[in-house]
Amino acid sequence: MNYSEKQNSIIEDFSMFEDWMEKYEFIIELGKEVNLIPEQDKSDDLLIEGCQSRVWLKSEVNNGQMYYFADSDAIITKGIISLLIKVMNGETPSTIAKENLFFIEKIGLQEHLSPTRANGLLEMVKRMKMDAIKNI
Amino acid sequence: MKDTAEYKASIENIRAQFPILSQKVNGRDLVYFDNAATSQKPYTVIERIDNYYKNENANIHRGVHYLSQKATEDYESARNIIGTYLNAADASEIIFTKGTTDGINLIASSYGSMLNEGDEILISAMEHHSNIVPWQLLESQRGIKLRIIPIHENGEIDMDAYNEMLNSKTKLVSVTHISNTLGSINPIGEIIDKAHAVGAKVLIDGAQSIQHDQIDLKALNCDFFVFSGHKVFGPTGIGVLYGKSEILNLMPPYQGGGDMIEKVSFEKTTFNVLPFKFEAGTPNIVGGIALGEAFNFLKSLNFNELHEHEMNLLKYAEEELNKIDNIRIIGTAKNKTSVISFNVGELHPFDIGTLLDKQGFAVRTGHHCTQPLMDFYKIPGTIRVSFSVYNTKQEIDLFLIALKKAIDILS
Repeated sequence: MNYSEKQNSIIEDFSMFEDWMEKYEFIIELGKEVNLIPEQDKSDDLLIEGCQSRVWLKSEVNNGQMYYFADSDAIITKGIISLLIKVMNGETPSTIAKENLFFIEKIGLQEHLSPTRANGLLEMVKRMKMDAIKNI
Repeated sequence: MKDTAEYKASIENIRAQFPILSQKVNGRDLVYFDNAATSQKPYTVIERIDNYYKNENANIHRGVHYLSQKATEDYESARNIIGTYLNAADASEIIFTKGTTDGINLIASSYGSMLNEGDEILISAMEHHSNIVPWQLLESQRGIKLRIIPIHENGEIDMDAYNEMLNSKTKLVSVTHISNTLGSINPIGEIIDKAHAVGAKVLIDGAQSIQHDQIDLKALNCDFFVFSGHKVFGPTGIGVLYGKSEILNLMPPYQGGGDMIEKVSFEKTTFNVLPFKFEAGTPNIVGGIALGEAFNFLKSLNFNELHEHEMNLLKYAEEELNKIDNIRIIGTAKNKTSVISFNVGELHPFDIGTLLDKQGFAVRTGHHCTQPLMDFYKIPGTIRVSFSVYNTKQEIDLFLIALKKAIDILS
């Protein structure tokens, strides 16, 4: 699947849910699958301070493809991170930097990207893209 | 708790005055439990704002024309309503500000400029950031010493430590009346008297108490009292700094500009009298007028009955929350207002807050702008519910169901 197809597949997964609670139960389950950063590697330069939940992010380039590792102290934040990682992992830096990231809004999670820094996600998306740009 | 038909009708009558409370959020009836962050507004306040812009808008204090004079009268009349309600010696001691933070910054800047190296300012360990950072800035600018009065584990000020910290170098004690995070009501009467005994002035942060307590400034005898309009059923962007006139008269102006001057020349400028000396520029006219209307609303309430109502809600909610496994209530002072901060085991407050929001409940999660207090309790944040006059026992019952559902999903 390409970048857009991966996003469309997530949108389709979310379209099955009838209410918000089901949607969030799914996100919480996803939160348990995120590619974690080992405790001892969580240095301050990987930390993105949100107002409420904290996020750690690390990226690697392997054979010209981006791979991300992340963690958060809040499980819902972790769930949303895991969606971002599913979409971005294995893509080229140029795809991540240039192509549209549209699924978050389409599944109704745009409030988590508001600039009030409720959970540091906006900063995280920016950092994921910046890491990609550095590797173009 | 009291549950008679008459009692319920009286609360329903108050609720009916707040249009926002009848809306749905995420498909559910809104339950608004974030009153410590901001209170909702009654029709009278909303309509006063609307009417001002439709029929009365003009700049004040300068115009000779009808509208300007009417707006000036209304603005000054609001000052009188507030001054009378708070029992200030004179309405000129009521300075309009942008809010609590603005009031504290005014004092830090103006009164602070009269302090010298080695002078001491005391604040408590439970202060909001707005009653910490202005003093830290003053510390770096003027070399004053900022000292922190410790608190006990239950969220009460350590009065023995306070008494020991007071000395002839103490120039100002700046403490909150009620903690926004813990709900603790501090013994400000005693704090004020003890500070005065060593010649220190006292600033009371009334942001949280103004909505819950009937403040009598003469009886309190504090030197400064600050609060925000939006926490007392009024609009945002307006607040009040009360100061005793003999101290305000000694203090230099805060900001320069129009309205605060008596006469301007390039050789020498003289300043206006109180309260105008501290109100440079065109003020928030509609904010002041609408805040006066909010105080009219306050006057219409039976405070004793409402205090009892809020205490009933607090007691009921705390009892029921304590029945849930792994609940830890942060802040268990003997004297508390209707604010409850809590955590559930190791669950993150953000996760619980998000799932409560999806069920229509407005609560606050996070550090509540009191990071040093979070460090004291060694927690990242709390979930905070805070009740106002329009909240009901039924809302608490619905909240408990929603909270249990959130805990189930996250566990």
